[in-house]
Amino acid sequence: MDEKRQPVTLDGGSPVIEPGHTFATVTDKISSIVLTRPTSNGWFLGFGIAFLLTMMMLFAIGYLFVRGTGIWGVNIPVGWGFAIVNFVWWIGIGHAGTLISAILLLLRQSWRNSINRFAEAMTLFAVSAAGIFPLIHVGRPWLAYWLFPYPNSMGVWPQFRSPLVWDVFAVSTYATISLLFWFIGLVPDLATLRDRSTNRAAQIIYGMLAMGWRGSARHWHRYETAYLLLAGLATPLVLSVHTVVSFDFAVAIVPGWHTTIFPPYFVAGAIYSGFAMVLMLAIPIRKVYGLEDFITERHLQNSAKVMLATGLIVAYGYAIEAFMGWYSGNRYDAFTLWNRLHGPYAIPYWALLACNIFVPQLLWIRKLRTSPAALFFVSGVILVGMWLERFIIVVVSLQRDFLTSSWGMYYPTRWDWMTYIGTIGMFLAAMFLFVRILPMISIFEMRTLLPEAEVKE
Amino acid sequence: MKRTPIYGMMAEFDSATHLVDAAHRTYEAGYLKIDAYSPFPVEGLAEAMGFHKNNVPLVVLIGGLIGGLSGYLMQYWISAVSYPVNVGGKPYHSWPAFIVVTFEMTILFAGISCVFGMLALNGLPMPYHPVFNVPRFAFATKDRFFLIVFSSDPKYSPSETRRFLESLGPRSISEVPS
Repeated sequence: MDEKRQPVTLDGGSPVIEPGHTFATVTDKISSIVLTRPTSNGWFLGFGIAFLLTMMMLFAIGYLFVRGTGIWGVNIPVGWGFAIVNFVWWIGIGHAGTLISAILLLLRQSWRNSINRFAEAMTLFAVSAAGIFPLIHVGRPWLAYWLFPYPNSMGVWPQFRSPLVWDVFAVSTYATISLLFWFIGLVPDLATLRDRSTNRAAQIIYGMLAMGWRGSARHWHRYETAYLLLAGLATPLVLSVHTVVSFDFAVAIVPGWHTTIFPPYFVAGAIYSGFAMVLMLAIPIRKVYGLEDFITERHLQNSAKVMLATGLIVAYGYAIEAFMGWYSGNRYDAFTLWNRLHGPYAIPYWALLACNIFVPQLLWIRKLRTSPAALFFVSGVILVGMWLERFIIVVVSLQRDFLTSSWGMYYPTRWDWMTYIGTIGMFLAAMFLFVRILPMISIFEMRTLLPEAEVKE
Repeated sequence: MKRTPIYGMMAEFDSATHLVDAAHRTYEAGYLKIDAYSPFPVEGLAEAMGFHKNNVPLVVLIGGLIGGLSGYLMQYWISAVSYPVNVGGKPYHSWPAFIVVTFEMTILFAGISCVFGMLALNGLPMPYHPVFNVPRFAFATKDRFFLIVFSSDPKYSPSETRRFLESLGPRSISEVPS
């Protein structure tokens, strides 16, 4: 990608790569994390905790399969509960990975090269965590394949006028394309690992995964075309995924769901929470593995700016929801607004406003934008806030809709919490394995950022 | 392909600029069966060897068209022909409702054909290749740049080609056993 071949320092700001690096140092620094660095006790501790949480999730899901969804807090009128809250939360987190890898590539933002690889891995693991929830929520998860259109002896087919079926296609396409994009980006780096490793088993495994990549000029030519086209395909795809997720709500007539602002506001919220997760992962990783040369202050600053911008779009979404509650003159919409502000779930709603609108305004301060500790804190607050947003949308809208006779409350049970926290464990366990066995920064794309990569006429 | 004991003659270079220049001069000198290897995509390298266009975009277009058409026709056939269900009086052929799945199927098929089409056109996976016989070639995925003239080239001759490659000022030259 010729347009990425820019000087290391752009527009006088902090550099994308600290000066003094060459092809060899970049290669060695990133590949040594996988190949030669001993696995630390901290890694085993972190992975161990995450693994235990994963086991807790499997236990909760196992018990769910034995007893059924009655062990959860869901009931009529709130039939969606934690499963859908967590599904939307996780799938939203995944969006930042595709934004970084595809949209920023098309926008020629070369700083993306040091964070795209692990952001894409984050996308994959977040989508996997998200995918669990609708599958275990269907009641008879062993029949989840009924969601797909396949010729069957019952002679029935899915209902293509329902957004829930659209969602099946959107999410499964998203998972497939994310996996392909991530894997194809890995191939040249897997070839580097194949050639650098001294361990026979590692050579064979990386060699098979690299598929015989040898860096031929003709191969690179087709590779770059394919990578660019894939980015062009992934860009509308990622925007469509959360749009379709928002249709699950917006197409229904439930007050609080039936609004046209949902698609853009969901997409902005997804990117908002996704960048928060990217920062929560990047800040400890760059510290532990000494990657401050590659994930610089500039990456932190830029991510903070994206969060600030998308956070303001989300704030606009909340403002329009409230305004329409009043302006539409629809008594049910007006009541939904009142119920959010003063009803039984008022505390989560006010906490949501504090987390998503007020605290992130700290990012206007340059000093905090460049402070890893402050960014880590604000990102954590945003992730909590975005989870609360989905909780408010799903639960508060359903608990009191049209008829007072059908009002009810929703209380998550310990099984709900165990499943939710367990998916966080599964996500982290996968991230731990990823940083240990695959290059977490794209080595070949980092090489293109170096001044020596430039072809002089 | 005819198996010859020698696969080609390989020269190693220090920089991308040097490699592009060498590839260009080799191509100009009339060698047609040549290839160059680099640890990252080098601007203008493929073009220097007379390789300007590839067929990946065509494969993606065909994949996308097949995906979109089959997605739409599948929904039409299911909803209007095989299993018509009246939902709130909506027409069986509710084309606006079919757009989302049509779109997703387009992206899915285009993306899959993009990745597998690119790999197929590149002849990958190919775990064994004669260039891997050169020990120095392990640096092609790190910080070195290589140029090869295949022995199948009509102009190839062990002594002449070596002399020509030497004139390009490489770091080293080696014969690649087949």
